[in-house]
Amino acid sequence: MTTPAAEERTGRGARDGARLFREWFADLTREAKPGEKTGYVFVMGSLVELLRAFDMRVVFPEITSLQTAVRKVSDEYLSLAEDHGFSPDVCGYVKADYALQLRRGDHPMGRIPPPDIAVLTNACNTYLKWAEIWERLHHVPTVTVDVPGSRGLPGSVRTSPEGHERDRRYVELQIRELIVELERVTGRAFDIDRLREVLGHTNAMGRAWRRMQELNRSRPAVYDAMLEGTIYLGVANAMRGTPEAARYFADLVEEMEEKAARGISPLVDREERHRLIFVGVPCYPIFRRFYQLFSEWGGVFVGSTYMWFASGGLNDDFEYDLAHPIESLAEGTLRGVTSAVDSMLFHDKVLLDAIDTFGADGVVYHPVKSCRTVSTGLADSRRAILEQRDVLCLYVESDMMDKRVVSEAQMKNRIDAFFEGLESRRLRLEAAT
Amino acid sequence: MGSPGTVPLLDLDLQGSVDAILADLREVVEDPTFPTVARWREGGGRVLGHFQVYFPEELAHAAGMLPVKVRGAAVERRSADSHFGSYICSILRSSLELALSGALRPDLFVTHPICDAARNLAAIYGRNVSAPAQILYLPQNANSAHAADYLSQEYRRVLGDIEGVVGRRVDDASLRRSLEVFNENRRLLRELYALKREMPWLLPVHEAYVLLAIGGLIQREEHNALLASLLPRLRERAHRPQDRMRVVFEGGFCEQPPLELLRAIAEFCYVVDDDLLIGLRWLTEDVPVAGDPVASLATAYLETSSYSPVQHDLRKPKERMLLERIRGAKAEAAIIAAAKMCEPGLDEQVAYAQALDEAGVPYFITEFEEQMTGFEHLQIQLETFVENLLFA
Ligand code: SF4
Ligand code: SF4
Repeated sequence: MTTPAAEERTGRGARDGARLFREWFADLTREAKPGEKTGYVFVMGSLVELLRAFDMRVVFPEITSLQTAVRKVSDEYLSLAEDHGFSPDVCGYVKADYALQLRRGDHPMGRIPPPDIAVLTNACNTYLKWAEIWERLHHVPTVTVDVPGSRGLPGSVRTSPEGHERDRRYVELQIRELIVELERVTGRAFDIDRLREVLGHTNAMGRAWRRMQELNRSRPAVYDAMLEGTIYLGVANAMRGTPEAARYFADLVEEMEEKAARGISPLVDREERHRLIFVGVPCYPIFRRFYQLFSEWGGVFVGSTYMWFASGGLNDDFEYDLAHPIESLAEGTLRGVTSAVDSMLFHDKVLLDAIDTFGADGVVYHPVKSCRTVSTGLADSRRAILEQRDVLCLYVESDMMDKRVVSEAQMKNRIDAFFEGLESRRLRLEAAT
Repeated sequence: MGSPGTVPLLDLDLQGSVDAILADLREVVEDPTFPTVARWREGGGRVLGHFQVYFPEELAHAAGMLPVKVRGAAVERRSADSHFGSYICSILRSSLELALSGALRPDLFVTHPICDAARNLAAIYGRNVSAPAQILYLPQNANSAHAADYLSQEYRRVLGDIEGVVGRRVDDASLRRSLEVFNENRRLLRELYALKREMPWLLPVHEAYVLLAIGGLIQREEHNALLASLLPRLRERAHRPQDRMRVVFEGGFCEQPPLELLRAIAEFCYVVDDDLLIGLRWLTEDVPVAGDPVASLATAYLETSSYSPVQHDLRKPKERMLLERIRGAKAEAAIIAAAKMCEPGLDEQVAYAQALDEAGVPYFITEFEEQMTGFEHLQIQLETFVENLLFA
């Protein structure tokens, strides 16, 4: 049973995160101030710092879309988009947003303003298709920044410092073009000192983010990377580059340090029995239940590739050089997007490292219909991991938006069987020692 | 070792009847054992496989490699499916199957992040096939003033890797010679498509397709000779025009519909233009041979090129490009197809349908899969569509 004290201990990050989220939605819902513009950006390579330097309001449509699923109304949005011709087989985020645009921004958490500009990278191809929809619906400029990522599995293609610098320079030149476009859209001059300030907040947040991840190596873990990790991710993206986000994560680290020191687990009513790595995107239509299916067995997600690819490069040990903000923003974007894409495509080595450093005994793959970027290679990754580590892997497919392909009963059976396997392995190992 | 243009890969009697030649070509195009590639290898030649949609094949050609378009195949998938999730198109699976089974295992495999699914292919390939696999990032910011420079450097990077495979440097003179060969190929393909537009009764879509697709399996010199010999003979065919609807087929940019599906369409319609294997016709004009050949190729990719759902260019909104294709071919209607589970194709269907509605162009929406068999249902639907329009 959950005690109030335990709730208090484990719930601060979640509570403050939820408050920041509500404030963010409220800010989007209010009337725009005179001359205030809205930019739409995506989590992988958001370049949100640049938009903040122009004091724009920023919408992350991936987040607004996933919130429709968390709030259990995504089916309304998906059906509206499908009525307009979208296939059941395409990314649910796009469809939810398409419907949101048709409904003039009407969202369960407020009203989302239409874009004045959209900024995207090539980190996901659906970003491109999505932005094309806004071009058609709103006739607004969309700027795609090419971020060339890794050209192959580590070691399979030649890489060189000159090649990296060429890519960085290409990103920088595009960022400079984007700045001109933002000046045009907002009617304001670019203020490099303001960018410096914003990047400074991201630097502080990044440091805290990495420390937080490190702290989850503790036994027991200090947070669940799938449940709480998703809240942290939301704040890290939506508030990136603000003092509020930097403060939130500083507080969070403090909280986690304390939990680590005192051995407090996120599982409030049972002990941590199995340390798991999550690969993919959570099942938002039954988010809480999805989490419980694991936590009931004492399973804790100590790490998650989601917190890696969707964190905008925060996992990378990199800080913006405030003396050279644009050049450094280019470097950070290149590294951040490359690492995000690598974490989806070429993640074998990092998964192996994560298994080792977090002491994980199971890996849960959750490919989703909606997101081929993340899901296409997971079956193959599973094969590769099983060959190289003595862990158990669960591969369970559903969706992060579309309840029609989420079968809770089937999922439960698979998850229970997975834990039975983990339990008997644990008993075997205990007997052997 | 084979060098450009010296190894005939087709076993054809060019003096035989046009129908017989087309039948032979069809067999080669549909043969999942890739006999032309096998023959090239017997001669000691190296193979560069490039996944859909576009690859600057001149780079491979100039190095004496055979550039082969990897576009899946209607094969039984024994191993590949276990490497993918459920919601993935067929071409990715079958392309991996070809490599796993050894039917098509290039010395260098290049993919492009054309879509979310395909961007994973290099990793899956790399983990399971011993040949090197890599990604070529074609620019999606086609509107940046710096995209051409970037692409030119990226082509040079890939060229370096090609040189590593063949073990020698590739000079600009060789690249220019390749540009000339491919310019000739592009000219002949434009002629092929002009014939389809002007006298579609002489060249139904499934036959035109075979003549196009074979280019992705043989050296371009041989393809050029084949087209140069056949084009005049096709014009002399005794086929008579029939009262069929002129349509554009859209949706064949990546996964390919079965030839039988195209033949089924040809029974009711004249397909006067299409985007089938558009990568082979991506560059719409001659690439200048003077100057830096790699830079010219890169500029052409951005400036004188076709369109597809997987390239983003603000100057080429896809729906406007489709309307231009329809008008340019004097088509009366469009078939808007998409491969099953193809995110970009399915997304584009929505935009196409809305634009065609606004323009008052009738269209027929369908999905296909390279493995599908049995087209009666499609034929009935198509027949009804055509009749409704004819008797409206
Ligand atoms: S395909 Fe995946 S990464 Fe891309 S927009 Fe959809 S959910 Fe996000
Ligand atoms: S058919 Fe579509 S989804 Fe499949 S690889 Fe091609 S573009 Fe991607």
